[in-house]
Amino acid sequence: MKPQIHVQDLNVWYGQQQALKNITFDIPARGITAIIGPSGCGKTTLLRCLNRLIEETEEVRVTGQVFVDGADIYNRSTDVTEVRTRVGLLAPKPFPLPMSIYDNVAYGPRIHGRRKGEHIDQLVERHLRAADLWDEVNGRLRAPASRLSTGQQQRLCLARALAVEPEVLLCDEPTSALDPISAQRIEAQLQALKEERTIVVVTHLLRQARRLADDLVFLWLGELVEYGPAAKMFSAPKDERTRAYLAGDIG
Amino acid sequence: MKRHQIEERFFKALMIASMVVVLGSLALILGTIVWRGLSALNLAMLTQTPKGGYYLGKEGGILNAIVGSLYLAGGATALALVASLPIAVYLNSYAGRSRYAELARLALDVLWGVPSIVYGAFGFIIMLWLGIRASLLGGIIALALLELPIMARGMDEAIAMVPLALKEASYALGATRLETALKVVLRQTGPALVTATLLAFGRGIGDTASVLFTAGFTDRLPDSLFDPAASLPLAIFFQLNTPFPAVQERAYASALVLMLIVLGLGLISRQRSGRLAKHLIR
Amino acid sequence: MSIEEALQSILHGQRPEPRGVSLGLNRRVKDHLARRSMAALTLAMGLLVPLIALVLLLRAWPILATRPLGDLLLATAWQPLKGAFGFAPFIMSTLWVTSVGMIIAVPPSLLTAIYLAEYAPARVHTLVKPFIELLASIPSVIFGVWGVLAIVPFLERVVSPTLGHWLGFIPLFRADNPTGYCVLAGGLVLAVMVFPIIIAVTEEVIRAVPQGLREASFALGATRWQTVKHVVMRRAMPGVAAAVVLGFSRAFGETMAVLMVVGNVPKVPHSVFDPAYPLTALIANNYGEMMSIPLYDAALMGAALILLLIVLIFNILARLLLLQWVRSKQET
Repeated sequence: MKPQIHVQDLNVWYGQQQALKNITFDIPARGITAIIGPSGCGKTTLLRCLNRLIEETEEVRVTGQVFVDGADIYNRSTDVTEVRTRVGLLAPKPFPLPMSIYDNVAYGPRIHGRRKGEHIDQLVERHLRAADLWDEVNGRLRAPASRLSTGQQQRLCLARALAVEPEVLLCDEPTSALDPISAQRIEAQLQALKEERTIVVVTHLLRQARRLADDLVFLWLGELVEYGPAAKMFSAPKDERTRAYLAGDIG
Repeated sequence: MKRHQIEERFFKALMIASMVVVLGSLALILGTIVWRGLSALNLAMLTQTPKGGYYLGKEGGILNAIVGSLYLAGGATALALVASLPIAVYLNSYAGRSRYAELARLALDVLWGVPSIVYGAFGFIIMLWLGIRASLLGGIIALALLELPIMARGMDEAIAMVPLALKEASYALGATRLETALKVVLRQTGPALVTATLLAFGRGIGDTASVLFTAGFTDRLPDSLFDPAASLPLAIFFQLNTPFPAVQERAYASALVLMLIVLGLGLISRQRSGRLAKHLIR
Repeated sequence: MSIEEALQSILHGQRPEPRGVSLGLNRRVKDHLARRSMAALTLAMGLLVPLIALVLLLRAWPILATRPLGDLLLATAWQPLKGAFGFAPFIMSTLWVTSVGMIIAVPPSLLTAIYLAEYAPARVHTLVKPFIELLASIPSVIFGVWGVLAIVPFLERVVSPTLGHWLGFIPLFRADNPTGYCVLAGGLVLAVMVFPIIIAVTEEVIRAVPQGLREASFALGATRWQTVKHVVMRRAMPGVAAAVVLGFSRAFGETMAVLMVVGNVPKVPHSVFDPAYPLTALIANNYGEMMSIPLYDAALMGAALILLLIVLIFNILARLLLLQWVRSKQET
């Protein structure tokens, strides 16, 4: 099966500091791939390279290629906004847009030209259901999104990200700002979504990786150490550093 | 999806055009003043007071206005300093985040927005009440009122930036708030306080409406606080309003002199805050 | 100065004192006195605005007490020698000139602020900021000189004939005035004067919008402008409104620059090319004569009072808007 994402010789510098060194690996289509490693190893940097959000940081330099469905997203002629409709992102801290719940979810589609009223209604409902939020907000869709609890806001952000129907969903520590119950609900939704989409999760919680991951990518100090099916890596890691990290000896 | 790309480029062009308009106006103003003022500027303008008939085109210069402005702004800045510094220190070392301090800062912001002509009118009434005639003293009082909020705000912001840890270290050693303020805080904020003072001075020297009623005007240099004092902005205004082109040219030259003073002050204050910053604890 | 030196100076700065109560007492007394006097100064400063308002009111009382307020504010006849004090031409003039000025100033200011906050690379930003601050430091009389030298002739020879010719059928653009001294001249000069304050406050407000919000929008595939339009500006709106109100307040109180270019004819303007006579110019132009004509000084002080009150209202409005903006910041 052809990989959904293929990263080739990716290098990232913040000013003079190199954050990622010669990263090459594949992310298979469908399923959940978890990027793991100790803090500061470059997980978030790597994730943000996959939808070119890394370019928003000042003084950053990126070399290498990232192929999504065979096309290099770093190609000069590629429209970055198009890349981001195919590769969505869920941030660690929920940032609801300053508008109603309805408008938050509708924001993505509207930006990309979909304006038909009823069509949007259905779309909003569909994705709020997919994020397990519909039952709680149905009836107050026009209320400001800021009034939701943190857990609800994160699910709203999930619905919002799904509304542009990306093939790939990147999740950067999606439950780190949430209480255990909300975290569990998000994890449940990600499990449900992996049937139809490719999900890439960055996490520093090994237990979360064990629960969710079909495949693992292990980073250490900006370098790719090992990647592959999660079950194999957990039981028989090839690299000593992987073994040590998974056992809790380091990081 | 080309529509949003067109939109992006259109607005980016519009924004750059706006910036060009803003900066272009600045360039236009500076350029016009320099162009028209430079040709009429000569040493006599700077070193002589107006002789008889100056406003009709005869000899003299604007020394009366230059000296008058320096006295007015100097006196006003000193007076405003005497009030601003204690207020700024008080707001930061004693009142802190209390309701009272918030109200005081609100009052300062309101004062900052009062038009200078209102200060002039107020100063005028006070002068009438005190029996003072249009004079250096009157101008100083009105200008000091104008400069006070500018200076106090600048000093307040400067002092507020002193890290709390530094003040607390001092208190922990048993120093009183006053001692901490004088020996630690003020030393730390020295350059920024100087900048605030220079900024207020620059504002004072360029203001017309507040000295209009209160300082009077004269062709001579003021000998005492109770003499009327000329000021550069008023000198510019009066020369411009004569029907003689030669005198109007002098107005442009006077405008250039005022511009250079204000620009010079701006440069100095920018320099100072840069150079002395190396002494600060970060 | 290092922190060790700072602390050393505290220790060494004290005079040797005999032991006992007097050591502590002397320092505490000084502290207490200092605190009292500084508090008194601050209080005095806080009372300044009410004091100024009161003093102006007292001085304006003779005219306020003898004429109904409505008459004063709405009458258009201004003939001090005959005792006619109708403020309408001056209030309307101020409104005309200030409004024209704001209409000209706001779009470029907002766009510039957005550019500086969202688009400009750091180098451009550090290069441009000092120049905007420079613009803010230029004295108003210099703006007036520039207005007389450049704006008035330009309007007279270029703008008024062309616009008057093409748009003259619209009352707003009727060009009866042969000179360039008009509302539009005042508006243009005022616009340039308020650029810096609107730009500075707007930029600060925009910068305060959290980066996470922008990234959330980018991650959905929005362009930078779409993000600015739908997310950033929406979030910054109360602050931007405050910036505009502050600009308006500044323009309202401006005296010299406007006085020099606006014509000073005491009639209500009906076109941007008509001359005007703002309140500030009224006070500035006539203070010389005001003591010699009965009630004239009271009238002018009344004008100053109106000016003060309006500026106060605007400032408080701006404050409330900023408070609302701070509150909206805390919501996410």
